[in-house]
Amino acid sequence: MTAEARLLLGQVAVGQSLPELAIDVTPTTVVLGALASRDWRPMHHDYKFATERNGVADIFLNTPNQAAWFERYVTDWAGPRARLGRMKFRMKTSVFPGHRMVFTAIVTAVSTDSAGCGWVSIDVALSVGAAEADPSSYVVASTCEVRLALPDSSTDNPWSRSGEQWVP
Amino acid sequence: MTNNNLTDLPVAVTSVIGVSQYLQIATFDVENSYAYNTLAATENANSLFWDDAVAQELTSGRILPPTTLSLWMRPHYWEPGAEGEQVALQVHFDLKKIFELPEAVMTDNTIIFYEPVRAGDRISNSQVLKSVSGPKTTKLGSGRFWVIDVEFKNQHGALVGIESYTGFGYRRDQEGAAS
Repeated sequence: MTAEARLLLGQVAVGQSLPELAIDVTPTTVVLGALASRDWRPMHHDYKFATERNGVADIFLNTPNQAAWFERYVTDWAGPRARLGRMKFRMKTSVFPGHRMVFTAIVTAVSTDSAGCGWVSIDVALSVGAAEADPSSYVVASTCEVRLALPDSSTDNPWSRSGEQWVP
Repeated sequence: MTNNNLTDLPVAVTSVIGVSQYLQIATFDVENSYAYNTLAATENANSLFWDDAVAQELTSGRILPPTTLSLWMRPHYWEPGAEGEQVALQVHFDLKKIFELPEAVMTDNTIIFYEPVRAGDRISNSQVLKSVSGPKTTKLGSGRFWVIDVEFKNQHGALVGIESYTGFGYRRDQEGAAS
């Protein structure tokens, strides 16, 4: 397989929406994500600790794993040549087993920096609700502002940039 | 979030604001098996991390998913000779102890990605307390917000990433001191 340029900078416009991604969260989703990120804190695997000590509804998705979900979501759309520069996310409420996570996003900026690197800014929303509930009742659990480098041609490769050529 | 009145903070806190602390070097090398764990946990099919030909073409060999940045510095849950719980973000736990706030959550997280991390790398990091708020009350309880930056480098001294965490340490209001 070769690294196809799935998305070029010129194909993206402000206001463009990314395809929605829906994932049903299980206890395994939470525990697998916590252990994959070497996060051993009990609120991510111990129901009694989470509910009785932390006072929340259940074990919940940990921060590094949320970051990994955001990465997966935007690179699903942009392809392997896309390179993450920056992510800023805010967790408003926790993601619990039994939730359906729905990722949606919109492009807020398209630009080229002084080093010639193409960038898109994307606002991602992670909404949650009961899997069987009306999606219109879902609430935003986390938001993430992503700065993503995209190739400007089929031969451009943002991954080849370093030093002063990479300004994330 | 920034505290505008440092006089209400103990010296143990004001003396370390802006100071690089806890320089640590990972006790194990970066390895691809952790990439697979993260990719599986998030059902991430990005061919850059699964296909050697793609990785060779784009990054001259396999790299790790960028958002695995923090895991290389997370201590083992247990290791010989270690006493007590091993924690990754010591400044965060220092603040919980200083302010006697038994609970804490992370509310904001910014990650900036620089040089890719590769299998065989040995990552190091240090922590800088950037700010501490005055007393705040949220639906979780009463406590304080704080911002901690963590800078990650590889064994060559190249910057691989910076993480900035906003934490909220708190005491649940209805129960007083949670043990």
